[in-house]
Amino acid sequence: MYSEKVVDHYENPRNVGGFGKEEAGVGTGLVGAPACGDVMKLQIKVGADGRIEDARFKTFGCGSAIASSSLATEWVKGKTLDEAETIKNTEIAQFLSLPPVKIHCSVLAEDAIKAAIADYRAKSGASDKAAE
Amino acid sequence: MNVATQNTRTVPDHGVNAPKLPIYLDYQATTPCDPRVVEAMLPFFTEHFGNPHSRNHKYGWDAEAAVEKARAQVASIIKADEKEIIFTSGATESNNLAIKGVAHFYKDRKNHVITTVTEHKCVLDSCRHLELEGFEVTYLPVQQNGLIDLEVLRNAITPKTAIVSIMAVNNEIGVIQPLAEIGKLCREKGVFFHTDAAQAVGKIPLDVDAMNIDLLSISGHKIYGPKGIGALYVRRKPRVRLEALIHGGGQERGFRSGTLPTPLCVGLGEACAIAEREMDAEAARLRKLSERLYNGITARLPEVFLNGDAEHRIPGNLNLSFAHVEGEGLMMGIKDLCVSSGSACTSASLEPSYVLRALGVEIEMAHTSLRLGIGRFTTEEEVDYAIEHLVQAVQRLREMSPLWEMAQQGIDIKSIQWAEH
Repeated sequence: MYSEKVVDHYENPRNVGGFGKEEAGVGTGLVGAPACGDVMKLQIKVGADGRIEDARFKTFGCGSAIASSSLATEWVKGKTLDEAETIKNTEIAQFLSLPPVKIHCSVLAEDAIKAAIADYRAKSGASDKAAE
Repeated sequence: MNVATQNTRTVPDHGVNAPKLPIYLDYQATTPCDPRVVEAMLPFFTEHFGNPHSRNHKYGWDAEAAVEKARAQVASIIKADEKEIIFTSGATESNNLAIKGVAHFYKDRKNHVITTVTEHKCVLDSCRHLELEGFEVTYLPVQQNGLIDLEVLRNAITPKTAIVSIMAVNNEIGVIQPLAEIGKLCREKGVFFHTDAAQAVGKIPLDVDAMNIDLLSISGHKIYGPKGIGALYVRRKPRVRLEALIHGGGQERGFRSGTLPTPLCVGLGEACAIAEREMDAEAARLRKLSERLYNGITARLPEVFLNGDAEHRIPGNLNLSFAHVEGEGLMMGIKDLCVSSGSACTSASLEPSYVLRALGVEIEMAHTSLRLGIGRFTTEEEVDYAIEHLVQAVQRLREMSPLWEMAQQGIDIKSIQWAEH
């Protein structure tokens, strides 16, 4: 039922946990809904060079949802925000060999990346303005 | 904290008798055949292979005698007369025959059927089919404990009501409906009472006369008998009439044509005989195991909720919601335990259990539910192993759950504007 890669990420999830939301350089994305059976929290920590130096996630959901978010944290690391934004749900789904009924898990992971980036940009934009 | 570095997959060997894996905890889905049942069946595949409807020779007579003995065994467990038992292919067919058969036969005078929202799909789908044919169907709600409100039933019955179909024991949550009270009410109102007793036979005492039951469905494979056989009890006094679904040689008093599968009938009969004999002792044993399982889990995990009435339930069923842990994700973490999930993702529909929703269980809690079903061959070692395995998996997944984290921080997840997807 599950691909080997999904099982691997489920059993050995990468980057589980979180950063303080108010920490400098941190962007937080919280997507999904408990009523739908999937909630993902994905956080990025952006370094001085503008690259994502670290990422964390927590997910409420099925094995595919956990695997999709675990994979997403691996993929965003080392990327610039613009690069990370180009990660597509189809790439996640393909890499994990998700069946059609689980495609929404990869969509959620893509949304989580975008939400974390948007949050970071909103926060850093705000602090830039405050510094002016 | 890095959960990834914890080796949470290994369950410590905590007992001397490590059970054989995986552990079957899905006795409401199906049961293994009792070896005594198989033994009783075997000669009827080979030596005594006759057609029970052959009236001209010993092969036929032997098979007929076996079938009739089985019919009496089936009748006995529900305190019926053997003439009132019709063999079918299973409870799905029995339910179809009871509901459609009665509705069709009495359609000139009556056009209304009453059932509940928590019935098995085969009852609900039979009712939907009748609606397409022009019948009216009332789907009674259930209370938060899963039981119907008798006053609501009373008010739903009209002079046009032909039949009330209410399951004896729910397959997902194990609650027992007030059969005697429902039967009394239906008899007073002159309405037939059918009950789907697939999950009840052999688990609770059933008496069709004392409970005023007019039709009752039985399944073989839910009671340690073979798959592919079931029975329908049809009352003779006062007589219940049915329109057959399957036409042919007129077997089973014309209600159900087709050559009877002698080995399966024998298996169902033997399963009923064993269940009748051992029901009290088995129920007591399962009650202890079930309490051990429930107490073992809840002693170590907070925020675990039992779905369905705590008192009016069969001992072999525990339907639990593990707050903040999604059911399918949890099932993946307990692959040595064979259980069912009320969560969305196991079904093609992505909708969580309609039974839990009918109880008013919130949709997010319905996503976190598991059905643990124990039965005749469940051991204490298996229960202890299940507790250990389940507790560890829930703890691990809660550490990974953003909802658990919010709950720990005192954030009400209902206060968040979630984007439904």
